[in-house]
Amino acid sequence: MKVLVTVKRVIDYNVKVRVKADGSDVDLNNVKMAMNPFCEIAVEEAIRLKESGTATEVIAVSVGPKACQEQLRTALALGADRAIHIESEAQLESLNVAKLLAKVIEQEQPGVVILGKQAIDTDNNQTGQMLSALTGMAQGTFASKIDIQGDKAVVIREVDGGLQTIELAMPIIATTDLRLNEPRYASLPNIMKAKRKPLEVKTPEELGVSIKAHTKLLSVGAPAERKAGIKVASVAELVDKLKNEAKVI
Amino acid sequence: MDLSLSQEQQLIQQMAAKFARTELEPLAQKLDHSGDRSAFLANLKKLAELGFMGLNIDAQYQGTEAGSVAFSLAITEIARACAATAVTMSVTNMVGEVIQSVASNAQKQQYLPKLCSGEYAAGAFCLTESSAGSDPANMKTSAVLEGENWILNGAKQFISSAEYAGVFVVWAVTDTSMAKGKGISCFLVEQGTAGMSIGKAEQKMGQKASVTNEVLFDQCRIPQDALMGELNQGFKIAVTELAGGRIGIGSLALGIALAAMDYARNYTLERKQFGQVIAKFQGLQWMMADAYTELEAARLLLMSAADKKQRGLAFSKEASMAKLYASEKANQACYTALQLLGGYGYISEYPLERYARDVRITSIYEGSSEIQRVIISRELLKEVS
Repeated sequence: MKVLVTVKRVIDYNVKVRVKADGSDVDLNNVKMAMNPFCEIAVEEAIRLKESGTATEVIAVSVGPKACQEQLRTALALGADRAIHIESEAQLESLNVAKLLAKVIEQEQPGVVILGKQAIDTDNNQTGQMLSALTGMAQGTFASKIDIQGDKAVVIREVDGGLQTIELAMPIIATTDLRLNEPRYASLPNIMKAKRKPLEVKTPEELGVSIKAHTKLLSVGAPAERKAGIKVASVAELVDKLKNEAKVI
Repeated sequence: MDLSLSQEQQLIQQMAAKFARTELEPLAQKLDHSGDRSAFLANLKKLAELGFMGLNIDAQYQGTEAGSVAFSLAITEIARACAATAVTMSVTNMVGEVIQSVASNAQKQQYLPKLCSGEYAAGAFCLTESSAGSDPANMKTSAVLEGENWILNGAKQFISSAEYAGVFVVWAVTDTSMAKGKGISCFLVEQGTAGMSIGKAEQKMGQKASVTNEVLFDQCRIPQDALMGELNQGFKIAVTELAGGRIGIGSLALGIALAAMDYARNYTLERKQFGQVIAKFQGLQWMMADAYTELEAARLLLMSAADKKQRGLAFSKEASMAKLYASEKANQACYTALQLLGGYGYISEYPLERYARDVRITSIYEGSSEIQRVIISRELLKEVS
């Protein structure tokens, strides 16, 4: 069984994000980029499926500019067997990515597809769900446990009220939540070996997908700076302020 | 000419940075203040398992074969978080490299996998003595062949990791009749060998988690085949291998200084005085500009020396230049960074005073700045005479 795992290139979570002066977007100039943390969890889960003998091959996929190959090499260094880069300089929306991934699924026929539940840049939390709709594959989102049992999979989902356990018919699409696993570090010998692993580059045209924009980004602004708080003298005053000034109760 | 890093070098740098930030940084202050030997050793083991203890060692001995540039990058990233861990890693790599370059096949098979895999917590380099520091050829430790054993006698000073190193590379005089520096040989001695004892740990100004001891040899009997490399050629080995180690120490100094300046740079954007963030004051801007410019120059010198070494070219002069410049400028940068924090730089709640203490030794160990200048000028004059 093949496992397909997706990898997105995003701003490193440790970097302080700056907005461009004209408010058109986030400033990516000279900013450190990294693999989306939820994708790291997805890669780790895929590798564990291979290590446990459940999967035979792990394929990492990324969509975006040429620089995405850095994150694909990271996935290869972590243990993926080969990588597919769908090269596009366009501003991609979740649906564009889902359509491209659906084509890759058609070609590769994986038993399990693992995605991060969302990327830390746009926080959309859509691609996995859209991919499920496009392919007709069962979905187990916000997974904190994925257990493949032959022709079915048991996925434990993190939902607001606690944990939800669902059974899915294979093949499946899973999206990872934070507690699914703790990703490993790529060992140096594996980093050295990664360059010998195959990385195939495709274009949206080759996959027969046209990139259409459905939304328009109007402006990006920095979050409002937090103002200094005030001290209240009594609980009564606090309740009064919450009720009449903040209007939250 | 292309100054960019290869994809593997970038990945190694990123991975080292991530490991440093996640595993080392949270522990560094505790290691400095109260110490935690087991946590320190656990991190060394993790680093070994990830391939950091044999960066330049062949894969057949479980090394990484990543090259000297990757070694320099990795040391800098590790040193950003914990200088004590970085120096242990640097010395252990150097011990591995000296074994790889001069030891017999049997010795390589015996020791390199243990150093690279972390079976040995560290390796130790026993050259310095109390009266043989900058002038190591003046060493008094002796090795005399008695039947099928060498008998070691003497004392080595300031030996990093002595308490937990698995193997020691030890230099000793094997022929007193030869001219100074000529009758010295090199030996491999295992931890726990009878006749070898470890003195008490030195109380140091910085890099406290890395233990430093005296190592004493009293009728210490080691097998005849513990001799490493050719008899009486040991001094040459020491001089050659120290050049590689200097890239490590320069890279370490750079890492500490970058950590200090990065901290200070962020601080200047938060700290307000006279009604504005202090980053707005030109006096401080110039301090920052100078420090980062000098550290960038240090980085380029280190990269150039490492690149020469990796390509098999002569690199001794370049390694000394890089070590001299990086360690001196790193000391200044840590001083500047501390100054930028004002009084907060001086208290141990902030990491600046630790950086300033940790960086101080980098212009002293593995050849002081004065000795680097001796080496550089000697090479310069040799080129024209």
